[in-house]
Amino acid sequence: MTRPAPIVTDDNRDFWEGAREGRLIAQRCSDCGRLRHPPRPMCPHCHSLGYEPAELAGTGSIYSYTILHHPQHPAFSYPVIAVLVDLDEGVRVLSNLVGVAPDAVRIGTRVRVTFETTADDMAVPVFEQA
Amino acid sequence: MSASLGGAAAIVGIGQTEFSKAAGRSETQLASEAIVAALSDAGLTTDDVDGFVSYTIDPVEETELVRSLGPPLVRWSSRVPYGGGGSQGVLLHAAAAVAGGAANVVVAYRAIKARSGGRFGRAQVSPRATSAHSGTTSSQWCAPFGVLTPASWMSLNATRYMHTYGATSADFGRAVVQLREYAATNPNAHFYGKPITLDDHQSSRWIAEPSIRLFDCCQETDGAVALVITSIDRASDTPAPVVIAEAATAGLFEEEIASNHYRPNLEVMDGSVALAEQLFGRDLSRSDIDLAMIYDAFSPILLMQLEALGFCGPGEAKDFIADGNLAPHGKLPCNTNGGLIGEGYIHGLNLTVEAVRQLRGTAVNQLDDPRTALVTASRTGVILQR
Ligand SMILES: [Zn+2]
Repeated sequence: MTRPAPIVTDDNRDFWEGAREGRLIAQRCSDCGRLRHPPRPMCPHCHSLGYEPAELAGTGSIYSYTILHHPQHPAFSYPVIAVLVDLDEGVRVLSNLVGVAPDAVRIGTRVRVTFETTADDMAVPVFEQA
Repeated sequence: MSASLGGAAAIVGIGQTEFSKAAGRSETQLASEAIVAALSDAGLTTDDVDGFVSYTIDPVEETELVRSLGPPLVRWSSRVPYGGGGSQGVLLHAAAAVAGGAANVVVAYRAIKARSGGRFGRAQVSPRATSAHSGTTSSQWCAPFGVLTPASWMSLNATRYMHTYGATSADFGRAVVQLREYAATNPNAHFYGKPITLDDHQSSRWIAEPSIRLFDCCQETDGAVALVITSIDRASDTPAPVVIAEAATAGLFEEEIASNHYRPNLEVMDGSVALAEQLFGRDLSRSDIDLAMIYDAFSPILLMQLEALGFCGPGEAKDFIADGNLAPHGKLPCNTNGGLIGEGYIHGLNLTVEAVRQLRGTAVNQLDDPRTALVTASRTGVILQR
């Protein structure tokens, strides 16, 4: 069973279309220029409805992590390593760390993005050690 | 500082079903049983009730409840978001309703089949982007990565907390040992007669490493609880009123419940910091609190809330607990029914019922003459007094 497809909405379409093309995207406000994630329709700082997809470098460091043992879902192989990555541009994403042994995960480790396919020919950004 | 509802309303009745692994009957029935018991406790009947409040995710529809209970006229009803983190918000809603005259007698209820029905802790992939009003819209950003349960959401925060302050799994375990000690002498508790040692905790399996073991998790439970709230004037005619001295909620920008990981400093529960500013900003201070009932869905958030509420400094909850301060004769007796970890998970509202019992002097683990109790769940809370 493959990884479940993300849920695409009017508000988050840029992020998931970017992922399918191998690009890590955050929303950039067209008026005040601030980056934001997760996506939303209005800039909470200036109330602009304008935004564009900003491609990020995909590099950052692990802010926190958890190694998931139980319960288990057939779409994933366990243990699952979940990470919060603080990206260099200043936004945070939740993702997985791949290619690293569970006992080697550390807060502060530098990581870079790669992509894994999901059901429905979609993709999610995941991270490997930089 | 907003205007206070302090002292305008009181809890005059409490009721509950048994807590079990399989109730064998509907949530509507569980709620109905708990409500009738709570009204009886208050010396009132369904004819007196004209308001209802519960959680947005409670499965019991007001329409179905009314068909079973038969109150002649419902003038007011409300729901509170944020899942269990909103649990004490039902008391703010109820107090506001009776203080403002929208209702005379409000019933707050929570009915749940978290064990035999849909378990929160089951691995499931959410089929939708919104959260069905559980306050977890960010879960759409968790599910594609296998982060599927409240424990997995919370463990990301808890690991950061451990990293920042040097707390360990054994520190969480010492809190759990205390909770299980209280539960061991509470016949209502899931873990009645089953205390544990720190070694037992440390050998329980990992759910989410390095922060949450099996024994750090609340006990998902079937059951219902209900509370009856009315104005302070009307409360004086009831047998055992407990005054709602303060009631507050504090939802913050960029903060939802456990599935939100986008605030800058996840080691601090900002919602609880803001809550404490409201609860303790007027007539009452932390030193007035004789009993704290603190939402312990997972043991790490008990430590984090003790700090955020200001009972200890950042990172000091582990020492506060190791010194025995949550025990009956400690500085802050806490979760004397065993909490959600030891008694069961009626989504936080069973903590409120225990606070009322303690203030009445009818709890199984009765403290020595408590007069003021704090009940909090993340961003929502009340201070109760007799
Ligand atoms: Zn803007």
